[in-house]
Amino acid sequence: MPKKMMVSFKLNGTDTDVIVEPRELLIHTLREKCVHTGPHIGCETSHCGACTVDMNGTSVKSCTVLTVQAQDAEVLTIEGLAKGGVLHALQEGFMQEHGLQCGFCTPGMITRAYRLLQENPNPTDEEVRYWIAGNLCRCTGYQNIVKAVQYAARKLRGEQVETSHPLLEAAS
Amino acid sequence: MIPRPFEYHAPTSVDAALALLATHGAEAKLLAGGHSLLPMMKLRFADPAHLIDLNRIGTLKGIHLEGNEIRIGAMTSENDLIWSPLLAEHCPLLVETARQISDPQVRYRGTIGGDISHGDPGNDHPAVMLCLGASFVLKGRGGERVVPADGYFLGTYATAIEPDEILTEIRIPVPAKDSGSCYAKLKRKTGDFATAATAVLLKLDGDVVLDVSIALTNVGPTALKATDAENSLRRRPLTDSAIAEAARLAMSICDPVEDLRGNVEYKRAMAGEMTQRALRTAAARAKR
Amino acid sequence: MSAQPDIERLTKLEGIGCARKRREDPRFIQGKGNYVDDVKMPGMAFGVMVRSPYAHARIKRIDTSRAVALPGVIAVITAEELKPFKLHWMPTLAGDVQAVLADGKVSFQNQEVAFVIAEDRYIAADGAELVEVEYEELPAVVDPFKALEPDAPVIREDLAGKSTGAHGARRHHNHIFNWQIGDRDKTARVFDSAEVTVKQDMLYPRVHPCPLETCGCVASFDKIKGDLTVYITSQAPHVVRTVVGLLSSIPESKIRIISPDIGGGFGNKVGVYPGYVCAIASSIVLGRPVKWIESRAENLTTTAFARDYWMTGELAATKDGVIKALRVHVTADHGAFDACADPTKWPAGMFHVCTGSYAIPNAFVSVDGVYTNKFPGGVAYRCSFRVTEAVYLIERMVDVLAQKLGIDKAEIRLRNFVRKEQFPYQTPLGLEYDSGDYEPALRKAMAAMDYKALRAEQAERRKDPGAEWLMGIGIVTFTEIVGAGPSKMCDILGVGMFDSCEIRVHPDGSAIARMGTITQGQGHQTTYAQIIATEAGIPASVIQVEEGDTSTAPYGLGTYGSRSTPVAGAAIARASRKIREKARRIAAHLLEVSPDDLEFDLDRFVVKGSPQQVKTMKEIAWAAYNNVPQGMEMGLETVDYYDPPNFTFPFGAYLCVLDINRFTGESKVRRFYALDDCGTRINPMIIEGQIHGGLTEGLAVAMGQELPYDEQGNVLGGTLMDYFVPTAVETPVWETDFTVTPSPHHPIGAKGVAESPHVGSIPCFTAAVVDAFSHLGITHMNMPHNAYRVWQQSHELGLDKHT
Repeated sequence: MPKKMMVSFKLNGTDTDVIVEPRELLIHTLREKCVHTGPHIGCETSHCGACTVDMNGTSVKSCTVLTVQAQDAEVLTIEGLAKGGVLHALQEGFMQEHGLQCGFCTPGMITRAYRLLQENPNPTDEEVRYWIAGNLCRCTGYQNIVKAVQYAARKLRGEQVETSHPLLEAAS
Repeated sequence: MIPRPFEYHAPTSVDAALALLATHGAEAKLLAGGHSLLPMMKLRFADPAHLIDLNRIGTLKGIHLEGNEIRIGAMTSENDLIWSPLLAEHCPLLVETARQISDPQVRYRGTIGGDISHGDPGNDHPAVMLCLGASFVLKGRGGERVVPADGYFLGTYATAIEPDEILTEIRIPVPAKDSGSCYAKLKRKTGDFATAATAVLLKLDGDVVLDVSIALTNVGPTALKATDAENSLRRRPLTDSAIAEAARLAMSICDPVEDLRGNVEYKRAMAGEMTQRALRTAAARAKR
Repeated sequence: MSAQPDIERLTKLEGIGCARKRREDPRFIQGKGNYVDDVKMPGMAFGVMVRSPYAHARIKRIDTSRAVALPGVIAVITAEELKPFKLHWMPTLAGDVQAVLADGKVSFQNQEVAFVIAEDRYIAADGAELVEVEYEELPAVVDPFKALEPDAPVIREDLAGKSTGAHGARRHHNHIFNWQIGDRDKTARVFDSAEVTVKQDMLYPRVHPCPLETCGCVASFDKIKGDLTVYITSQAPHVVRTVVGLLSSIPESKIRIISPDIGGGFGNKVGVYPGYVCAIASSIVLGRPVKWIESRAENLTTTAFARDYWMTGELAATKDGVIKALRVHVTADHGAFDACADPTKWPAGMFHVCTGSYAIPNAFVSVDGVYTNKFPGGVAYRCSFRVTEAVYLIERMVDVLAQKLGIDKAEIRLRNFVRKEQFPYQTPLGLEYDSGDYEPALRKAMAAMDYKALRAEQAERRKDPGAEWLMGIGIVTFTEIVGAGPSKMCDILGVGMFDSCEIRVHPDGSAIARMGTITQGQGHQTTYAQIIATEAGIPASVIQVEEGDTSTAPYGLGTYGSRSTPVAGAAIARASRKIREKARRIAAHLLEVSPDDLEFDLDRFVVKGSPQQVKTMKEIAWAAYNNVPQGMEMGLETVDYYDPPNFTFPFGAYLCVLDINRFTGESKVRRFYALDDCGTRINPMIIEGQIHGGLTEGLAVAMGQELPYDEQGNVLGGTLMDYFVPTAVETPVWETDFTVTPSPHHPIGAKGVAESPHVGSIPCFTAAVVDAFSHLGITHMNMPHNAYRVWQQSHELGLDKHT
């Protein structure tokens, strides 16, 4: 039985140490040991993207990363997007534009869109679709997800956005 | 979903990696991007007792120009290929290919070296390497050797690399400035392997083909160089019937496996279609 | 009173009709949803299934010793361990039985054989590998026609000698039932004397709903208290509680079923699966919580599949295309166990809606259910209980008839529609359509897409032999049937298919409401409050909506078949009205007038002719707890159980334009226009989202999804590598529109909508694909229309030759 290894990484800005077998998948460590159940498991063949997190500035499928590979990494999950109770523009966008229904793909989708907009702040709708093609959704047909991402893109570019969701109005 | 247990090693130099390979031999597998190997291990189709992770070896990443050669570290990610200004200028074929591989998340981790080494006939880079006339730097404990892509791919999951070697670098002669290229890939959906795909590099003088390179993906046990098709086009005008004939010759070397993407007849026909599509697109780009 | 306050108060209410943003969103966008796999309990163990690699085999021997010996494995159970509890078999929702763990033989690939319980999922996976099973392979049959041949292998030895099943006589060892409806002889006579008849075979292939969250549960039995709590991915938690009570003999009062957040249902999460039973049984025996979460491969190849209907349709018509009769035979492949989630009286669900939107005077349907060595299910995937199959059948047949007679496919529909004046309309197959107005819907769709111009463009394209892309136009005008249903016709395991709503208003005028349904993304937390807001005058923003916990929610039959709005929605409206009526009497008491002197105005009662004399619902709520009329109970709450008098019949007109590459078979959807009529529209934003989702799932089914079997009974394509789930790239931009034809029998005129886009789009894509080839004599092509299969058609016609 291989020896367990200690892995130290930053999870949403917080120093985190875990003790894992080499074979432990990052998605399981995040969900079980770190009790961050935002990223989800939707398949076991690395297709669905529900497990997407941001690792060292890249979107990765955490089901296809070994926790031991995350040594010294900076990992961002959906739980780390809002800062001090203030939602990220993407989280606002998904609420404003009805970009989610059952919510299961949403953490992975938003985390992916986060990196997408960091790298491409002014995407066309077609580009949004291309760059989220690693995240499957069964409920929305993607149409409102594209709108949600564009809402966030506008807001992040400093442009005017229309926000009518009562909970967003109340929070602002 | 859960791999069998294994020992994990993360060397920080190629020499350290080679030493680990030597120690553990057949019980070890190299871990590059992990998006071919880890899924197999999760389904328990593969269960190496030792994984040697190459991701901490910084010298294996990067793209630079050395004289008339593009040199790419084997651990360079597909995403890095897509965004490389050097490749956009000097070798757009590679950018176009990388863009059609898998999906964004996989491309952050998947590497050009891994895609070349894995030996899955569905991997896209091998055909492109054949098309570009690339060569590979293989490092062993005894030293380094440089082998051409042509002859490197031996069979499904079999390449010319020795068990105690590591692929460290890919070297590509810079395609001529006025050449045109195209990677035409037919797939069932984004992220799928090719039903059939063709890589073309083409140099024209007016209508006449000065030189052409054609290679096929996923229609045989390895990527295939369509030499007969190339010969049929060289020094001749690139007419519709010449393109059709080249496609027919490309189809004649295909030996695809029937699966849910299609039967042999369909895949062979699609190899022909992708060859036509790639030739036409490359020609349109070359004329610019 | 000026108009301004009204708009303000109306807006503040957020009632029926407004595009109210969702209340459930805040937790999901922060990763704070509570799905079954998020549930952790102290001492929780993890269970994994061991499954058969063979489609049909005897089990000679199971050796669990190596697995049990692995440190961290707690127990391994097989049918032997379940026998003393009589849990090794369980009743299905279709009146059959299903093996929980294989008892002596396996009848489909991946059938459950053993259950390994371990301290964590890693050890459970290792333990599962160590269970040794010795099989003796038997010949498998995966073709339902071959299954009915005299020498076909016997799949169900447990039914040996039983010549009747839950649905009547069985004529063969692999036959399940024959179900008929309509007038066979009269229909035959019409066919015999018809001017024109057409006949078409068509297969609706086996597919799977594939919600992004797989099925699973956490079962926790408290040995001291004798209480069982189960967190479960279920679209019908109360039904699960009743079934678990029956199987375990624990009283329902001591069973708590909780459907927390569910990551998509689509009919996949209605039935009770062996994994649930094993987790519950293990928890009862071990006295520890046991979690079971299936993998994607298990989900796709063992849980409720959809369709697998081999249909033959026939139409008799005049030479002007007016349909006189419909005749259908179906061979229904149910897999190895009949676990179809249908109302018990209807083993083919609501397939008899197959006369569609057309005034067809005569019809006859016969369905034969068949066992094969495939996994069980049949009713799933937004099908409204076989309505996907029914609508596919009739819409294809109408096109076949149109092509035979050379009549435009839109025109023939206009000639056959049930007219608005004919509603409520009695179909020859025993259904009463509540309301419909089909012609304006189709004309609106045709105008929006400039149908004439499309046909003209197609004609031009067809004249060009060099054109690389063939153009196809698909038209579908569907009527579907939802809202199961009236208890005299619809029951699940004997429980009538009513639904329920309980409302309690607090002293400060806010409220809590609970229903017997359970959302899996449909937005009930948002839309249900809108109904209450309009009907009871309480702002939606202060109404807390809860579902899914059987300890608190009133009994309901759950959410599937688009039944929430027609059934629970009606219960909500009626419960709200009861609240309002009690409020009226309290207001009358406070204002010292008679209740008849009061008018209800959005959120308050006003004395007629005396507008300053007002009591708001907020004031009335406070009074309900301290100042009620003589003889009236305190409090302001109620419950309503609604047994619908009829189903509801949403309808739509869909138009699809696609282009097919004749050299590769690739298809590109150029435009898709979906006009839906679901009666009263509670929340347009949510409706639109549901339509987008249903159309996308329809695209997936029509253009790529399949679960084929090889001759040995191996299921192929059972992972997301092959099972086609479109990404954002494959999914087109959907255009949506609507008309409103309320249901006359529903309290707020609403019909339900979420399955319509799936029901209607699948035949529409097929219609467009076939239409692309129809000028060359092609009348039908079976799904899926992936590039490979479409190319085969093109190749057969010689269209893929480069000239």
